[in-house]
Amino acid sequence: MSAQPAITAVGLRKRFGSVEALAGIDLEATAGTALALLGPNGAGKTTTVRILTTLLRPDEGRAQIVGRDVVREPAAVRRLIGLSGQYAAVDGFLTGRENLRMIGRLYGLDRRSARRRADELLEQVGLARAAQRTTRTYSGGMRRRLDLAASLVAEPAVLFLDEPTTGLDPHGRLGIWQLLDELKAKGRTLLLTTQDMSEAERLADSILVIDDGRVIAGGTVEQLKRQIGGDRIELGAAPGDDPAPLAEALVSLAAGTATVDRAAGRIVLPVSDGPAVFPELAERLAAANLRVSDLALRRPTLEDVFLALTGDHRQPGAGAEHDGRPTESSIDGRGSS
Amino acid sequence: MSAAVTTTRAALPASALANSATITARNLRRLTRVPTLIAFATVQPILFVLLFTYGFGGAIHPPRVERYIDYLLPGIFILSIGFGASQTGVAIAEDLATGMIDRFRSLPITGSAVLIGRIAADAIRNLLVIALIIGVGSLIGFRFHAGPAAALAAVALAVGVGLAFSSTNALLGLIIRDAESAGLAGLFPVIILVFTSSALVPTETMPSWLEAFANVNPITVSVDALRALCLGGPTATAVAKALAWNATILAITVPLASRRYQRATAA
Repeated sequence: MSAQPAITAVGLRKRFGSVEALAGIDLEATAGTALALLGPNGAGKTTTVRILTTLLRPDEGRAQIVGRDVVREPAAVRRLIGLSGQYAAVDGFLTGRENLRMIGRLYGLDRRSARRRADELLEQVGLARAAQRTTRTYSGGMRRRLDLAASLVAEPAVLFLDEPTTGLDPHGRLGIWQLLDELKAKGRTLLLTTQDMSEAERLADSILVIDDGRVIAGGTVEQLKRQIGGDRIELGAAPGDDPAPLAEALVSLAAGTATVDRAAGRIVLPVSDGPAVFPELAERLAAANLRVSDLALRRPTLEDVFLALTGDHRQPGAGAEHDGRPTESSIDGRGSS
Repeated sequence: MSAAVTTTRAALPASALANSATITARNLRRLTRVPTLIAFATVQPILFVLLFTYGFGGAIHPPRVERYIDYLLPGIFILSIGFGASQTGVAIAEDLATGMIDRFRSLPITGSAVLIGRIAADAIRNLLVIALIIGVGSLIGFRFHAGPAAALAAVALAVGVGLAFSSTNALLGLIIRDAESAGLAGLFPVIILVFTSSALVPTETMPSWLEAFANVNPITVSVDALRALCLGGPTATAVAKALAWNATILAITVPLASRRYQRATAA
């Protein structure tokens, strides 16, 4: 595989008034791979995408798409990229077909080619039967698929997807994932942003975790999983019971920071290999005569990723605020900030 | 996996003109489908003609004019164009909010195509609106008094005034960004300027301070030029003044709007 980077950025900084949106972002995506930017709202994901797609100029730093500079050669960059956003930027009063034909014409396709390309894409994203309907009547998932189709009109080498599944129901989300799998199989370079660890893991070859305009961790999916401890075991204490004894009995099984939420009566243990831990866990519960109301093995969420990387436990979507919830505590000596 | 960087089927860059035509076509298509736009282009101008003719016509007897409707219609051209133009700000603000402008800006097209396509579609709409006003006006007694050439010149000038309105409202939409506020910001000045102008009534009966304002009001200047072309009499000075006013507005708002557009992104 050629190692030519399709996307490179070095030291990107951007300030909006007193808010530092990007505080120096470096990234690189090899051609034909998918890179996910993972982070909460306000982390700087969208600002990064807007700089890479020539919509915003960085205050400092440089970025190139397939060797073309985003600030000095925006026209060349725009011919190489497709952009699909969380807004589903399609005209609600045009039909699906009219939307795609318009984009084709704007790319310089003649009337007939624009029509043919629109029909090909409608077929590809499963909207052929809705082609004649104005897109106001589409579901959220259908609009998002049309938006994705619009970004594919000129067969771009590099595709930017800003939160491609945010707000979609599970069915709509799966539809987008399958389309992105097909694009990856065709060798397109993808850069996607997401707030969802499992989505990043599902779609990306490598992940950058972004917070407060900085890259706080990055690597291949495997590397990152090793760093954040893989699976999570979540237990609920029996109704009315204090979860602390549970935590005491089990904390040595954890591969990272365990959290105890007293108010909710729950504990979360990061473990490197979930299924392998279960027999030992069951034995300890039996030995200490502890009861649980439920017990689950799950993949890490964005919240878990942040906890593991920064010891800072926050809700995805809480932006840059650092107000740890008082009923929660971490136990492994690292304490939450 | 092979490097896919070379597989781009990048089409030839379309000309700025072709791109503007594509955007114009898109906006005209919306004009036939968005209920508010249809109402602003049809119901409203007809209502203006009928309401003002029958409501005010009996009471207002402008000097040197036999029938109020002959005096009124040039004012209705500008009133309808001005009200309709508020929808341009709304449309631009909506395109910003929905990410349409992000999409356009990520394409290899010149930024001017989006603004030109907006203003050109408005000009075509205004042409249809003026034809409709003349048609309805003719049914209830309106006549051109200075011949077909002057009548065509009046239509052309009204469309020209419309360009200044469209570009001003495009700028408002890009600055204000909220569709409803942009619509109101486009509408209020028109309401104020129309009622302090010669659009509907002669300025001679206004208090002297208001008359002084009314006489330099760009809407008075534009309507007076249109009226000269519709009713007859000397036209050169009036038309030159109207062209100067509207060219000035365009010279200010077009560069500002394109600069704003180049940096505009969704919230």
